[in-house]
Amino acid sequence: MRFWIIIGVLFSVLSCEVFEPTVPADDEILDGPVPGLTAGETIQFQRGDVAFNDEIFTTRNGLGPYFVATSCGSCHPGDGKGHPFTTLTRFGQSDISGNQFLHQGGPQLQHRAIPGFTPEVLPNAPFARFTPPANTGLGYLDAISDAQILAMADPLDADGDGISGVPNWIDLKPYVTTRPNSIPMSGKYIGRFGKKGATYDLLQQTATAYNQDIGINSTFEPIDTYSGDAVDPEISDQTIHDVVFYLKTLKVPTPRVPDHDIELGRTVFENLNCSGCHKPQLQTGTSAISSLSDQPIAPYTDLLLHDMGPGLDDGYTEGSAATYEWRTPPLWGLGLSKNSQGGNYFLLHDGRARSIEEAILMHGGEATASKNAFSALSSQAKDQLIKFLESL
Amino acid sequence: MRKLLLIGLLGCVALGSAAQIDSTLLRRVPRKDTSGLLLNMDAIYNRPFLSVGKTPVAVGGYVEANWQRMTTDGVSEGHQFQMRRLTLFIASSINKRIRFLTEIEFEDGTKEINIEFASVDFEFHPLLNFRGGVVMNPIGAFNQNHDGPKWEFIDRPVSATQMLPATWSNVGFGVYGKKYRKDWVYAYEAYLTNGFDDSIISNDQNKTYLPATKLNRDRFEESFNGEPMITAKAAIRNKRIGELGLSYMGGVYNKFQSDGMVLDSKRRVDTWALDFNTTIRRTGTYITGEWAFVHVDVPETYTQQYGRNQMGGFMDIVQPIIRKSVFGFEQSVVNVSCRVEYTDWNRDAFIETGERIADDFFGIVPALSWRPFPTTVVRLNYRYNWQRDLVGNPASKTAGFQFGFSSYF
Repeated sequence: MRFWIIIGVLFSVLSCEVFEPTVPADDEILDGPVPGLTAGETIQFQRGDVAFNDEIFTTRNGLGPYFVATSCGSCHPGDGKGHPFTTLTRFGQSDISGNQFLHQGGPQLQHRAIPGFTPEVLPNAPFARFTPPANTGLGYLDAISDAQILAMADPLDADGDGISGVPNWIDLKPYVTTRPNSIPMSGKYIGRFGKKGATYDLLQQTATAYNQDIGINSTFEPIDTYSGDAVDPEISDQTIHDVVFYLKTLKVPTPRVPDHDIELGRTVFENLNCSGCHKPQLQTGTSAISSLSDQPIAPYTDLLLHDMGPGLDDGYTEGSAATYEWRTPPLWGLGLSKNSQGGNYFLLHDGRARSIEEAILMHGGEATASKNAFSALSSQAKDQLIKFLESL
Repeated sequence: MRKLLLIGLLGCVALGSAAQIDSTLLRRVPRKDTSGLLLNMDAIYNRPFLSVGKTPVAVGGYVEANWQRMTTDGVSEGHQFQMRRLTLFIASSINKRIRFLTEIEFEDGTKEINIEFASVDFEFHPLLNFRGGVVMNPIGAFNQNHDGPKWEFIDRPVSATQMLPATWSNVGFGVYGKKYRKDWVYAYEAYLTNGFDDSIISNDQNKTYLPATKLNRDRFEESFNGEPMITAKAAIRNKRIGELGLSYMGGVYNKFQSDGMVLDSKRRVDTWALDFNTTIRRTGTYITGEWAFVHVDVPETYTQQYGRNQMGGFMDIVQPIIRKSVFGFEQSVVNVSCRVEYTDWNRDAFIETGERIADDFFGIVPALSWRPFPTTVVRLNYRYNWQRDLVGNPASKTAGFQFGFSSYF
């Protein structure tokens, strides 16, 4: 009898889930699919997830010879912001005349190389460093219509609020397909991804990142960064499409449940007119992925370029942006940045700000009035604002 | 109907055959050393063997199977039944002082089939034995003494099998010897073998990973770079105190030249290990552990993803709590045990920030085991692991139960 009691207790223990690690709360992680994917879409999401997070590139499957990182996941741990370890250096362009250093390895420095090769060295050229952004909700940003972006632009500051966002008008890569209802201007299109907003869509972002960051050539980006020659693809088109689909269908971050302080922080955010650029409410247009179509979202960006002042002017630019202009980064998921940056904040385009307060105080240009208003806040109000930002 | 008749006939033949088995044909080879001064280096011969009749050949082996249900951050792969290993040994006394032993292992069914050991030993003197063939590099203790039935834990230690590459064997030659003096035994081993290749810093684990070399199927045929690897170990054991071992393994791992043309400088991998084991006589508590360091000369211009320095180890504490007949197994022993293990895959600092790189692993494994017979163990383990990534983000947690057996046969 005692034997069977012991066996019974043992099996009860074995089947008890209290001994298993629990799933992190939805508002603690960035990865996971958008709701409403079909079974087929879920399978493609999973394929993209594996390619993005698990596929490691080595000398045996195409890494380098020049590279920055060995996998997509190295730069975007847990789909969040990256660490200075994988910060990119881009160089060679200071105005709309384009990149003058393509013959010297521009536009991106590959500062690492596989054994036996000597990596690139930064030439005497204008440059800026870019910390890898989070992948959060990219599909929703991709699905925002050009018309909505243009509606938020105010190049001449007609409303007199000191904020004058403009799109980055860029030339398209030959493999890019324009969105339905795109609004071109003089043969150029609105870029919406990247620190300078110089990337049109997630296909361009993905193919370029494989090529420039990992040294993986594809049919989309066949030029080897080492030799400068067009070479055989080292990754299939299908894998690239899977990764693009994965990035498009990553969920938006779940905001933490607002408490009284967070609500007060939201009011401070509005009062300081942070929302003049970090738009809290946008609406997606039509998307081939039905889950992304016609959705209200809260990305806290307008996808436009803004003058951020001389303090953030690194003298380097892309597309039609001026060197002092930066695309408004989305703030959703900001509070989870520390969970992908090793417990620290590395904020702004190059990770120079080590806290949210520092990041706010480094704003200039069109954000000067908001920054000054922030400086004048009581410490309690500042804390409420930061708590609100961390809740996003 | 004809099939039924055939099956019946075959059954009768089989029964008849079974009746003809002479159990005296298979006899257990008696253990030669009962001094209590056996070392980890003796483990390859310190196994139960069966000999067939009067032939000079003995055979043996062990088998391991288990069930597990592990969960990582709330996501489980469900119930898994695994046949982890089937290992066969064949030993032969060619001469009184020349003997041969081989160990062939089938892992995860037939997913991996490896010759783990296949060597001929020549005894010239107790202090001077020559060994050649596929030898186990004596780095640490686990690589020498890894048979499943000897351990109370279903998983092998991470530091011994993933940082150090147990089980790790190579083609080569070497010498070993022992010297007994009252309650003490002193021993040494030294081998020159083929070594690692550059996959240790270019692999799908995205970290410095010595076991990656095991995927090189040519390594039993040719050296990757023509440079021999040195493995050496010194061990000392006292009958009352226990055993202490200090070992080193190192050599050039990269292909520094090809067709006579220099490609790179010679880059070394060096490993050191300290191992110990003891039994506290008063309580019968058995303690064993191993701590190791790895240094790899990774090119400065490569990526810090691959660490230059690694460190890790494990400690097992095994406490017998019941020694009596259980289910008629008269030599039954029930143990409670615990393993604590740690591996720091990358002990370097980020060039960009000066901060320490994380990329570490910590595990704890409480266990309950029943040995109905000394060479058979039934094990119930609970494992909890914490694994941090390179930049030190919140640890990924894996936990779950494992149940299985391991037995010599």
